[in-house]
Amino acid sequence: MTDMSNEGGKIAATPSPSQSLRKLAKYAIPVIAILGGVLIWHIASTFTSPLFLPSPAMVWGAAVEMALDGSLAGSIGASAWRIFAGWAAGVILGVPLGLFMGRFAIVRLLADPYIEFFRFIPPIAFVTLAVIWLGPGEITKIALIFYTTIFIVTLNTIAGVESVNPLRLQAARSLGATRMQEMTTIILPSTVPYMVTGARIAMGNSFLTVVSAEIVSAQQGLGSLIWTARNFARTDWVFVGIIALGCLGFVFDRIFRMVTNRTLRRFL
Amino acid sequence: MTGASINLEHVGIAFGTAQIVSNVNLTIQPGEFICLLGPSGCGKSTLLNAIAGFTPVSGRITVDGVPVTGPGLDRGVVFQSSEVLFPWLTIRQNVEYGLKLRGTPAKERREKADRYLAMVGLSHALDRFPAQLSGGMRQRAQIARVLINEPSVVLMDEPFGALDAQTREVLQAELARIWRATGCTIVFVTHDIWEAVLLADRVVVMTAGPAAGIKTVEEITLPHPRDQGDAQALTLFRRLRDDIGAEVRRALAQQGLSTEAAE
Ligand SMILES: Nc1ncnc2c1ncn2[C@@H]1O[C@H](COP(=O)(O)OP(=O)(O)OP(=O)(O)O)[C@@H](O)[C@H]1O
Ligand SMILES: [Mg+2]
Repeated sequence: MTDMSNEGGKIAATPSPSQSLRKLAKYAIPVIAILGGVLIWHIASTFTSPLFLPSPAMVWGAAVEMALDGSLAGSIGASAWRIFAGWAAGVILGVPLGLFMGRFAIVRLLADPYIEFFRFIPPIAFVTLAVIWLGPGEITKIALIFYTTIFIVTLNTIAGVESVNPLRLQAARSLGATRMQEMTTIILPSTVPYMVTGARIAMGNSFLTVVSAEIVSAQQGLGSLIWTARNFARTDWVFVGIIALGCLGFVFDRIFRMVTNRTLRRFL
Repeated sequence: MTGASINLEHVGIAFGTAQIVSNVNLTIQPGEFICLLGPSGCGKSTLLNAIAGFTPVSGRITVDGVPVTGPGLDRGVVFQSSEVLFPWLTIRQNVEYGLKLRGTPAKERREKADRYLAMVGLSHALDRFPAQLSGGMRQRAQIARVLINEPSVVLMDEPFGALDAQTREVLQAELARIWRATGCTIVFVTHDIWEAVLLADRVVVMTAGPAAGIKTVEEITLPHPRDQGDAQALTLFRRLRDDIGAEVRRALAQQGLSTEAAE
């Protein structure tokens, strides 16, 4: 009962040479991989026409041009806002919906036929309908991303509720938890990893949706940038749009992981 | 905190068409330490879960005269698996869980948790998470989490089953001490005959299933702390071993596993 002697006595770790080398490699190798890829791209582009494959330098030039006239930032901003708004709304509503559906069999049975039906219909299939119903405005794009997200988040949350360890529920009940407290103190925290996974997958799918929605109806955004580039035969703009999309996704995912790791660490 | 009496009258438990336990009659005195022994799969956990209020029964179970209809604060449950600790809470938060549900002020919660964690010897691990504890420490945390609610009955399902022999011995001694200090009634499931002999006031031996019942009830009046070298304890041990051995052979014979025992 008094074995407190060797508690908290952590050995102070000074990074050994091999450790710092490994750390350097962790960052250096991806950079080398990117530079290598650009080099191969450059070599390949010298064998073809710019319309077929513009060189990295051309794409860079186009990007600088678009950055200077503000159209690049405008496109990125428009897409980023739509993704964020639709995704956040989908997560905020999808989580309680999933908890509710996972918890109450009746709600689940009511919703099940619709879930089983709609899960096979990708959001892109709704682009036309969304434009007809909601018009060509901002809300249409956000609604489509919302649909993408809420579906994935709800399904994941339901799976999370269903996999809550029944022994933990029994323990909570015999420690005095009411049905409501069981929900907030056991089911909710147990389900967090599933919600986070759902939200992360939904983020990826939102990029898919935003491009298709913007191609059909948008003045601004990375999707419309890629699409209008076609009309001007500017393959280099297409490349700028694609690279911007990839970078935006990377940044969003990093921010998401950082925030969840900071705030939800103990639940993951 | 004082113990409650438990009364089982014609208790039967069925899962679908399978009758697991049938016609169990048992009266447990307030503050008594009961050990439930029996062949694996006979229905010990099932019976304990019924007292806990997790499974519906036919017949009647009362605690201090009040019929059991569901889980309740008066009956604390210590599970075999320490998975039941909430992994997202620290040990202190796990122990404070019950008090927090009832809105006990933080200061009082803290003091009580400190007291019960000291009682189980975990004062040094308050702020760790369950995953950072050894199996024995986790079971102590579970016990503290139950005791802080001051239940009049503590139901334990092989709480030390997954531990090594040395740790088990230490925890058995601690449990005996805590039991005397709190005066609660304990129903303790085990398959370890020595554990039963060391701890129990009475040992209830169950028959092999299906439709398991009570085979014998053995009263143990030996003074505490009990010793495995004690001649009387040894006699008791042998008798219980023979009782259970007969049931185990019967169970195996039913499953066609042993021909020599099927007379
Ligand atoms: N939820 C359930 N549904 C159907 N049958 C069950 C259920 N739970 C337990 N059983 C059956 O009830 C019987 C008794 O199980 P129980 O877990 O109570 O045994 P036990 O005596 O605790 O065994 P052990 O010593 O191995 O823990 C077993 O035959 C088991 O298959
Ligand atoms: Mg059992």
